[in-house]
Amino acid sequence: MDTLQARQLVIDIPGRTGGSPLNLTVEAGQVWGVLGPNGAGKTTLLHTLAGLRSPREGEVRLGDCPLTELRRRSVARQLGLVFQDRQDGFPATVLETALIGRHPWLSPWQMESGDDLNRAEAALQALDVDHLKDRLVSTLSGGERQRVAIATVLTQTPDTWLLDEPTNHLDLHHQVAVMQLLKQQAEAGRAIFMCLHDLNLAARWCDHLLLLFPNGEACWGHASQMLVPSALESLYNQKLITVEADGAPVFVPAKG
Amino acid sequence: MPAFDTLRPLALLALAGLGAMVLSVSVGSAGLSLADTLAALTGSGNELNRTLVLELRLPRTLAAFATGGLLAVAGALMQVLLRNPLADPYVLGLSGGAAVGALLSMLGGLAGALITASAFGGALLSTLMVFGLAHGTGSWTPTRLLLTGVVVAAGWGAIITLLLALAPTRELPGMLYWLMGDVAYAGTPWPAFVLLVLACLLVIPAGRSLNVLARGPLQAAALGVNVRPMEWAIYIGASLLTATAVTTAGSIGFVGLVVPHMLRLVLGNDQRMILPACALGGGALLVLADTLARVVIAPEQLPVGVITALLGVPTFLYLLYRSR
Repeated sequence: MDTLQARQLVIDIPGRTGGSPLNLTVEAGQVWGVLGPNGAGKTTLLHTLAGLRSPREGEVRLGDCPLTELRRRSVARQLGLVFQDRQDGFPATVLETALIGRHPWLSPWQMESGDDLNRAEAALQALDVDHLKDRLVSTLSGGERQRVAIATVLTQTPDTWLLDEPTNHLDLHHQVAVMQLLKQQAEAGRAIFMCLHDLNLAARWCDHLLLLFPNGEACWGHASQMLVPSALESLYNQKLITVEADGAPVFVPAKG
Repeated sequence: MPAFDTLRPLALLALAGLGAMVLSVSVGSAGLSLADTLAALTGSGNELNRTLVLELRLPRTLAAFATGGLLAVAGALMQVLLRNPLADPYVLGLSGGAAVGALLSMLGGLAGALITASAFGGALLSTLMVFGLAHGTGSWTPTRLLLTGVVVAAGWGAIITLLLALAPTRELPGMLYWLMGDVAYAGTPWPAFVLLVLACLLVIPAGRSLNVLARGPLQAAALGVNVRPMEWAIYIGASLLTATAVTTAGSIGFVGLVVPHMLRLVLGNDQRMILPACALGGGALLVLADTLARVVIAPEQLPVGVITALLGVPTFLYLLYRSR
């Protein structure tokens, strides 16, 4: 697969002047987590990496090629994006929604084949929403919609997944199920890059972390090197208590 | 979606369209039986009937069908573009621009193809104004576009009133009738018909991209759609369809609003199905409306725009009410 790389990348946040340029490569098999307080630019970074926004400086590359020189369709075959906000537009069923993940793979005159349908149904099953397939998406709960959005990208079968808060609205069981699914995708040779609010999910499931500070400074690396309580405390401007559970550190915000 | 599921509703709509056309050519001041009508259409039967059907009624019926189809397809395209079922060439000022262009060229003594060209110029100018102003310096949102369109449409309305006030009295009845929408003034139906067929052929392969675009520009870009060129193509295409419809039969409202809305309720939201269905359904609706306009106070005739508005407004309000 062509790896996603940020080269001297500075994202374009209105009103922010400084910021350290990002130089990182999201390799196959890696699970990256992006941590940062509200407004640090996590979503902007994700959209910039997907080529939906222009960076202020530097570039995003896919393999040997700058993203801007690739056709949107071939980018969409390699990069899948789970958005944080979704527009409903016209009513559509859950199955139709998952099926649009096949769009980059089909030529204009092609109708979705039985194979495409099978992929969409398998994805819905993997996200535990196959029983809802004939329902309108607008009638689902927030967590169910979130799982349909993830199933759409699973149907798209990109090499690199970009996810904006994939565990939003999910109950505890489905949070773990989604993280497990992403882990399996990485083990199958794909790359995962996601923004997370939950520090403990990141500590538990990510092998690489990027800490994004509100002033644009950033540091990144192996998770074990990044999960330093003092760094995390300054990231969130919040005192943390660290305990150990199930073989991983757990960070609890201190009172007051 | 299996091909069979797509074809059955379209075949039903095509049958409805044909039925409406046969009804339209047989009903009128001289009523014909179905047998007489079919005989005239196939070239047999008596000469009076043949002249009546082939030279007087058929061109008008075909013009009504093509106009209705064009307006419904243009409306459906604008609705995808703005992700808003209330969007329509009339609401967005396209028809207003086309009408001003056509009226100006009529006042200037032009005729025929020049009126069409002038109407297309007006629709395109309206497009550029609405898109340009709505884009402005900030971001480009459907709400902003819709509001800009409404205001521009109101501006065109004022210019139309001004032109009517300035027009010589002998021109007024024709212009007025034409502004209300009237197929009686339609010349040859063929340009509109050819454009309708071309639009359907072009729009079907773009259908899946339109489906993706209907989910928002960011989602569409993430799934491989070139959003901005596609949006411009839709707007320019819809302008051309609207301008042709306006020059064929004047300003007929509500077809572009009601037909796609009703078809979506029944057939879902796959544009590959909805757009050809709009061409057939819009055509059938306008043929029926025009037939009604010819007979309801016969021997006088109503402008068909009155009928579509009388049918369209309550239907649309009911649909809005029922959908929460």
